[in-house]
Amino acid sequence: MQKYKTYLAGYAFLLPWLIGFLALTLGPIIASMYLSFTQYDLLTAPKWVGLDNYKTMFNDDFRLEDSVKVTFKYVLLSVPLKLAFALLLAIMLNQGLRMLHFYRTIYYIPSLLGGSVAISVLWKQVFDQEGIFNRMLAIFGIEGPAWISNPHYSIYSLIGLSIWQFGSVMIIFLAGLKQIPQELYEAATVDGAGIMRKFARITMPLLTPVIFFNLTITLIQSFQTFTKAFVISGGTGGPINSTLLYSLYLYMKGFTFMEMGYASAMAWLLLAIIAAFTGVLFLTSRFWVFYSDGGK
Amino acid sequence: MTLMRKIKPYALHLIIMGVGILMLYPVLWMISSSFKPTNQIFTQSGLWPSSFTFEHYHDGWFGLRNVEFGRFFLNSFLLCLVAVLGTVVSSSMAAFAFARIEFPLRKLWFALMLGTFMLPGHVTLIPQYTIFHEIGWVDTFLPLTVPKFFADAFYVFLMVQFIRGIPKELDESAAIDGCGWFTLYFKIILPLATPALMTAAIFTFMATWDDFFGQLIYLSDIKKFTVPLGLRLFLDSTGNSNWGAVFAMSVLSVVPSLIVYFMGQKYFTEGIATTGLKG
Repeated sequence: MQKYKTYLAGYAFLLPWLIGFLALTLGPIIASMYLSFTQYDLLTAPKWVGLDNYKTMFNDDFRLEDSVKVTFKYVLLSVPLKLAFALLLAIMLNQGLRMLHFYRTIYYIPSLLGGSVAISVLWKQVFDQEGIFNRMLAIFGIEGPAWISNPHYSIYSLIGLSIWQFGSVMIIFLAGLKQIPQELYEAATVDGAGIMRKFARITMPLLTPVIFFNLTITLIQSFQTFTKAFVISGGTGGPINSTLLYSLYLYMKGFTFMEMGYASAMAWLLLAIIAAFTGVLFLTSRFWVFYSDGGK
Repeated sequence: MTLMRKIKPYALHLIIMGVGILMLYPVLWMISSSFKPTNQIFTQSGLWPSSFTFEHYHDGWFGLRNVEFGRFFLNSFLLCLVAVLGTVVSSSMAAFAFARIEFPLRKLWFALMLGTFMLPGHVTLIPQYTIFHEIGWVDTFLPLTVPKFFADAFYVFLMVQFIRGIPKELDESAAIDGCGWFTLYFKIILPLATPALMTAAIFTFMATWDDFFGQLIYLSDIKKFTVPLGLRLFLDSTGNSNWGAVFAMSVLSVVPSLIVYFMGQKYFTEGIATTGLKG
């Protein structure tokens, strides 16, 4: 009797999550899979079209091709650079400096604000042809291009904005660096190891789990970037699809053109791409991620 | 060598400070521009305005026809308040169940919850929208608030980790004293889990305040617009004609995030370090 009361209590507390999981996650996942094989505009019933959406995606949708290319470029440039900056600054901050708290606060502010519309608005202005970025370059005698309205450069303004937000990644690195036992460095110093050697043989190996973690999280988030691209391009992904990040194109397909079946199929392709990238990370991790407790 | 040692901290401070200023420069420039007369915004790169004006704040606040920015702030605050309440209550309930109560299929549900962690929201987006469309919730606050009462996997996980760290003996002595599950949850576990609850509350506030995508697809009546939507509308309608006012409203729009950040900084750093939230 007592046992069943406990079971009941368990499910009572779990109920809100359980309802949400079934109605807003599991159900929609299944429905989304179904919708991806249909033509659906929200107002009329979905019409089964078999693999048509997927065939169009892979063969006929040149905008999607552009979008995937732009997204890859964005992810493959911004993620490594963001992590590199974060790690570099974290190492500098970890040298036992005073005012660590202050610096951490300063560096976190871009991460805090970066997702807001306000910062995208600002970015649009900073990287304008006449913007302050070009005016700074002018001081060094460099004539900068129109970073936002020139299709060759527009993606770099988005990449720059993403790198600018390295603060949250840096804080995780900083926490990881603090975990490395100081004695290891002392022992290495006694053995005559220099800074570079200590970095390569102690810091890097012991930090690989944190690098792995940051890489995975940042990668997944980057593939889903939306607000920056939407605000900076005025909702178009332009000029000439040069800032048409995947999420933005998916939004346009689903909510501007009301091709919701196609948008669902696009969501599954995105999931497949993200799964492939994280899958590779996980599979290769045993070759490069070092767990000091010998793995869990 | 000793000279190097003496110089090193100063050099480091110099670099770190320099990079920091460079990073914050655009934000500072935006703040200062919002106080500069229009003709000075793009001619002066300096941060201190040579003459102050509050005109942009007035122009921006009343810049849209039929609706003031105050309305957007009110809507955003309302959404955040309900979202925070819903998330903290429902997530802590689920976390309590996972961490403290033995019941059938517990491990399965927990595994399924972790499985949804990395799932991009895009996959559930269209069906969710369809559901809310069918029940007539589109263009109301309901699709943005009601789901928050069904717990968020991230915060459940965060809280489970935290609650597991609270000694189990407390549960036993509470049971001996005749406390039921609800009393244990409400009177003992919740107060002790305050740091985790605070972290969840702060992150939920931030995420809701900046949730441009959700608000964009669900809200279309300008009277229901939130700050991000209002700002974007203002940018589109004012365009390049009044950057001062756009900047002024942009500055106001980030003030709540900054206040919450500085108030809850302790929880912030902990939260990021343990969950990797916020990119």
